[in-house]
Amino acid sequence: MATFGSFSLLIALMLAFYNLFAGAVSLRLFATGQATRISPQRLASSARRAGIAGFLAISCAAFALVWSAFTNDFSIAYILQHSNRALPGAYKFAALWSGQEGSLLLWGWLLAAFSFVLRLRHKTDVRLYAYAGTIMAGIQLFFLLVLNFAARPFALIEGYLTYIFEPHLILGTIISIPHAVTNLAVVPDDGNGLNPLLQYPEMVIHPPMLYLGYVGFAIPFAFALAALMMRYPGEKWIKITRTWTLVTWLFLTCGVFLGMHWAYAVLGWGGYWGWDPVENASFMPWLTGTAFLHSVMMQEKKGMMKSWNIWLIFSTFMLTLLGTLLTRAGLVSSVHAFAQSSIGAWFTGFMIVVAAFFLFVYILNRSHLKPEHTVDSLVSRESSFLFNNLILLTACFVVLWGTLFPILSEFVSGSKVTVGAPFYNRVAIPIGIFLLFLVGICPLLPWRSTSLKAIRRNFVLPMVAMWLAIGVGLLCGVRISEDGKFSEGGFYALLAFGFAACAVTAVLSEFVRGAMVIARQTKKNLAEACVLLVRRNTRRYGGFIVHIGVVVVFIGLAGSAFTKTNEQELALHGTMTIGPYRLECAGFTQDANDNYQSEYAKLNVWQNGQMQFQMYPEKRVYLVSQQPQTMVAIHSTLGWDLYVVYEGTNPDTGQPIIKAIMNPLVSWIWAGLGVMVLGTLIALTPSAKPNAGRTAGLAAGTEKITEGANQ
Amino acid sequence: MSRFMHSSWSRCLQATMLAVVVCFSLGATDAGSRFVDLGHRLMCTCGCSQLLGECNHVGCPESGRERKELSDAIAAGKSDQQIFDWFATKYGTTVLAAPPNSGFNRLAWIAPFVVLAAALVGTTFLVLRWSGIKLIKAQAAAATESALTDPAERERIERIRRETDADGGF
Repeated sequence: MATFGSFSLLIALMLAFYNLFAGAVSLRLFATGQATRISPQRLASSARRAGIAGFLAISCAAFALVWSAFTNDFSIAYILQHSNRALPGAYKFAALWSGQEGSLLLWGWLLAAFSFVLRLRHKTDVRLYAYAGTIMAGIQLFFLLVLNFAARPFALIEGYLTYIFEPHLILGTIISIPHAVTNLAVVPDDGNGLNPLLQYPEMVIHPPMLYLGYVGFAIPFAFALAALMMRYPGEKWIKITRTWTLVTWLFLTCGVFLGMHWAYAVLGWGGYWGWDPVENASFMPWLTGTAFLHSVMMQEKKGMMKSWNIWLIFSTFMLTLLGTLLTRAGLVSSVHAFAQSSIGAWFTGFMIVVAAFFLFVYILNRSHLKPEHTVDSLVSRESSFLFNNLILLTACFVVLWGTLFPILSEFVSGSKVTVGAPFYNRVAIPIGIFLLFLVGICPLLPWRSTSLKAIRRNFVLPMVAMWLAIGVGLLCGVRISEDGKFSEGGFYALLAFGFAACAVTAVLSEFVRGAMVIARQTKKNLAEACVLLVRRNTRRYGGFIVHIGVVVVFIGLAGSAFTKTNEQELALHGTMTIGPYRLECAGFTQDANDNYQSEYAKLNVWQNGQMQFQMYPEKRVYLVSQQPQTMVAIHSTLGWDLYVVYEGTNPDTGQPIIKAIMNPLVSWIWAGLGVMVLGTLIALTPSAKPNAGRTAGLAAGTEKITEGANQ
Repeated sequence: MSRFMHSSWSRCLQATMLAVVVCFSLGATDAGSRFVDLGHRLMCTCGCSQLLGECNHVGCPESGRERKELSDAIAAGKSDQQIFDWFATKYGTTVLAAPPNSGFNRLAWIAPFVVLAAALVGTTFLVLRWSGIKLIKAQAAAATESALTDPAERERIERIRRETDADGGF
């Protein structure tokens, strides 16, 4: 299977090379109108077909690696290092992305899959798709070069060179001459097993989601660059890529949140975001991607921010590569960098090539990016989009700055520093709060410009809601000073609750205003009118629902200011208290299976004098790797999570040490993700057209809604 | 009307200031909060890349000793800065969970806010410039329009044209 996989990768490499070469030549011939023996149409068509065949070839390679994991082929070094016989089937599948080589193969495969769909849809705009397909082939070529020569997933264990095809040794010589048998190493009977941290159900879906997000941004980047290269008239390319961009953003969002949930449930330190470089690497393209989603609307609707958008999507694509470079080249240390190697030079080189090519194209064609309009007023929807972009990019800069500062500090001052959570809490939270403020006020601002009267009319209700929320927060015990000292956590939490109330009121008032107009026109009740309103403009109202989701997430994040912790050694029937709960140790025991040994405590949880439920925090030691792993017990409610960690046993007393944490509002974060997903799916759905019979009435209604929105 | 507006705005301002004062005057006390706070501003030095207050490694060779050192320092009445200095001297600056606000490392704290301020000022300036240019263009267009439609102005242009034997710039 290793031979099959290696051959597949080499064939995919050759096809990608042909795709790029033939695609580029055909585009050049199209541009110059030069007559040749082979028509540019035929050349472009063959390039496109090579791309499709390349997808099949790399699919074969991915299949070969998964098959090798399932058949325990430990002659392949990657399988030896990331799998073992007792590993459950789902995790054997997950072994595909649990190491450097496998995850790059997944990246390459997803890129090929995206390109495959792109090439199937080429009739939408043959020339634009030909350009974009050729750019995608260039990116694909890089990943296939890495997979064939730097991070080979089918490399055999040392000393096991037999009649196996080794492409990296034969490049430039006679192709496919098998190596002679040198010496035959004995294939180990079992593998080293999967990293215990990765043996968690979410890890089966978290990395593919994240990679779908990373890889997906290559598509809008390719289209944006293609449109610039061919000086594509109008903004049709934005309409074409809108679905790609939204779907990609959705995948990246889900990937980031699944990663947060995994960190929360597996790492056992009680939080979900530690500002680790790997987490930051996924967050940065999300921030620029979100900025792009907003500003590209300005280009589509008003022909503005053209240069800005092209730079934004370029930055997003580069950040997906930079994140990989930072965490895999060992430039920054991370608590969960699972795959480190020397591929940094490859990524650096590729980034330089991409940046140089982009700059060349941009300088050559920048006259094509002249805006058709500019912002009319400082207080307008356009202006708020600009500031929204600004804040998102500043947040991205802060994360990048914090991630890179240890390297910079070591370079300049000679001593390394740590840039951890306290730095980001001090710097990033105010920026996040400002973003929440913008989420609240943006929908209240009309396009072009507004009057003071309109501002006052639109802002009264949200401002009342904001002050009410702050008042309720104070009444519920949120304090902004403790022991006479200013409490940042309490202050930011109050601001977050206030701005969240402001934002939700603003968005809901948009819904109610629109629904009331429709209800009047159609004689429907308000709920039905609301549904109709959303269906008739899925994009606008789906976007609003996403904003509500973001606000819900912010409320959940604000809860972290009120976390409580208690750590205690518990004897049998011993108790500890945290918040409203009393935890009683009902026993502690051990268990084992083929994969791991575990010890866990059985805790009875009491509240108001009554036993409410039981929890089983657990500690596992995986047999093959001998690595310990925490299995946290979590009891979630809408108000808080009771988070219990079995920290092991005291060697002196033999009694378990239990750490209990009260994490307020955490479930709001996951609920917020659900709302964001729902909103994005609605925004992706085409808007319903009104029935012919009701067109007149609804048109009048829509006119009034638009009028209302513009006021 | 303007007096009413003025008084309502000043009342809003007064209410806001009162709310801020009330917020600051309210307080809570927690005896262990300093240990928790400082534990979350120091790193565990075992290489786990976790905050000292959150390190949950069973048998971690470092975090137990560090926590004891921290609680001893708090009990000895040392200030936060003295504690940080002591830890930095013993374990190196990487034990601090955030860069110290001194020397080159001060740049870490300043740069984000400088960038934010520059971006805000720059964007505001740009938008004001755009809207200003539009306003000037709109005023010029309106002036031209009124010049062409107002009979008195047309007469004046005609007079200038006659007198100068030129088109008067229109």
